[in-house]
Amino acid sequence: MEHAHPGRRPDWAALLIAVGLLALAGVVAWSASAATAGPGYARIGPNAASYVVAAGLAILGLATVVAAFRGDIPKPEAFDPMAVCLILAGLLSLIGVISVGGGFIIAVTLLFALTARAFGRAAFLTDLGIGAALGLIAYLGFTRLLSLSLPQGPLEHLF
Amino acid sequence: MLDQLAALGQGFLVALQPAKLLFALVGVFLGTAVGVLPGIGPALTVALLLPVTFKMDPTGSLIMFAGIYYGGMYGGSTTSILINTPGESASMITALEGNKMAKAGRGGPALATAALGSFVAGTVATVGLAFFAPALVDLAVQFGPADYFALMVLAFVTVSATFGDSPLRGLTSLFLGLLLGLVGIDALTGQARLTFGVPELLDGVEVTTLAVGLFAVGEALFVASRRKYAPEEIEPVRGSLWMTKEDWKRSWKPWLRGTALGFPIGALPAGGAEIPTFMSYTIEKKLSKHPEEFGKGAIEGVAGPEAANNASAAGTLMPLLTLGLPTSATAAILLAGFQQYGLNPGPLLFAEKPDLVWGLIASLFVANVMLVVLNLPLVGLWVRLLAIPQPWLYAGILVFASVGTIAANPSPVELIMLALFGVLGFLMRRYDYPIAPMVVGLILGPMAETQLRRALAISLGDPAVLIESPLAATLLVIALIALVAPYFLKGLERFKAAED
Repeated sequence: MEHAHPGRRPDWAALLIAVGLLALAGVVAWSASAATAGPGYARIGPNAASYVVAAGLAILGLATVVAAFRGDIPKPEAFDPMAVCLILAGLLSLIGVISVGGGFIIAVTLLFALTARAFGRAAFLTDLGIGAALGLIAYLGFTRLLSLSLPQGPLEHLF
Repeated sequence: MLDQLAALGQGFLVALQPAKLLFALVGVFLGTAVGVLPGIGPALTVALLLPVTFKMDPTGSLIMFAGIYYGGMYGGSTTSILINTPGESASMITALEGNKMAKAGRGGPALATAALGSFVAGTVATVGLAFFAPALVDLAVQFGPADYFALMVLAFVTVSATFGDSPLRGLTSLFLGLLLGLVGIDALTGQARLTFGVPELLDGVEVTTLAVGLFAVGEALFVASRRKYAPEEIEPVRGSLWMTKEDWKRSWKPWLRGTALGFPIGALPAGGAEIPTFMSYTIEKKLSKHPEEFGKGAIEGVAGPEAANNASAAGTLMPLLTLGLPTSATAAILLAGFQQYGLNPGPLLFAEKPDLVWGLIASLFVANVMLVVLNLPLVGLWVRLLAIPQPWLYAGILVFASVGTIAANPSPVELIMLALFGVLGFLMRRYDYPIAPMVVGLILGPMAETQLRRALAISLGDPAVLIESPLAATLLVIALIALVAPYFLKGLERFKAAED
């Protein structure tokens, strides 16, 4: 983690973090100001804490701007975007399948196989099988043994 | 003194019931197993299991969580020693010497000294917890809302700013947690904050969803993204498992010194086991008769820090049980565990549910005995867990992360949050932002707000109430010092560097 000397080019990623923090501060402050003030019996209303958090985030955002110019935010190491995208695809298919009522087992099967793929497994079909088996075991364990409910779909109705 | 013994005796009557023993056994077993898996620490283990235990008996579940907590610490040291990937920052020091020992064919003794040191430290520190907790409870009964607020402010500062790498990044993480803490219906007025019309957000952000997202999903994304650049190597355990006479002679003093450092520092609202483990390492290096071995696999460098790590874990339970104040990510998750049963740790809990509190403390002794028995002879079994191929391991972790999340709250919105927190956790890892302050901020933020508003309601809005109590004033001053200290120390370092 090299720290650059002052006066060099700003760290754009760090500036982006700073912008994000300032934007969050803005959203929090805006949403507090837009909320109708509640009845006056509470000395400190529910918006006070929002303003404190907004102020804190704004100060931290500005401090991050300074840090970006001084090179105080660590430079990240190289990474493999393909692997990240595969896991995100797994999470998205999980969310998607459950949202459309595809059920827990199918959702988990896709998540398992895509994540394994992200970690370099080539046998996608095998992993789909393993994911399905794992999903079935988890489904039966959670619903039968622990009596918790999991999202239902066509496969779940078979059991 | 006698009171404590009587209370602890009562606790053992609870903890030694067959059903509770079974809970403890399941806890330590799961804790060790999941702790051994690389990249997963005790915080995530408890977070993953919280939803599973939602419908179980509270005392039993909390005993199980405590078992997982202690078990995770034991298991974590195994991973640090055999592969150089500590599951949590506190095991980093163990990895330093332990992995070197394993590479030199002394993995067995390294594992043994870590397990025995954890046992000694865990037991001594739990005795400390049993004897000092009632005194702290007596003190805490007199705390007013302003005192609690000041205590929480202090915890915020120490957890995020004082002991991290960078106060800026620590505080940023904390404020992101505080921001998430705002989401939902305000408890006092019923006004919705930051829900943007999404009904699922009215109940607020679940601590478990945040923790599982940041730890499990974030970690999986990070490890996958770095796989090509930093492959992991598992060091096989070669040679004898047992410690030689020489190993014993070199281990027992570091164990005790590590305990003496870990427990008090863990018990202060200073958060984290990093400081005591690091201090223990430095001290052992100074005191060792073989300083040249440090960096090449010195057994003292495993024994001391590992003891300090476990002792501070027990120490962390002190502010958690007596004040309801979590000072580490794991403690924050444990607090969520209490809350899921409508229980609030603090002086009241000691008065209202002595069986639960003392049963829990007694079960810590039980868990420690179980762990040393489980860990020493069964180390071969745990090591085999490390042979699970990485793709399946992380795929499995993600599957269970999503099962736990959706079982707790059956809605796609919860899964969307899980994924978003995962991406955030990934980015935070990449840019070296600490994660624990965010988790602590989410759970402690709303509590601090409640205390602040209560204090101001009593004083009819006069902010002077916050510094009228001498205790609150002192705590706030300490918090202020803790906030500026890192900058001052940094200035000092620069001054020193300029001198050289």
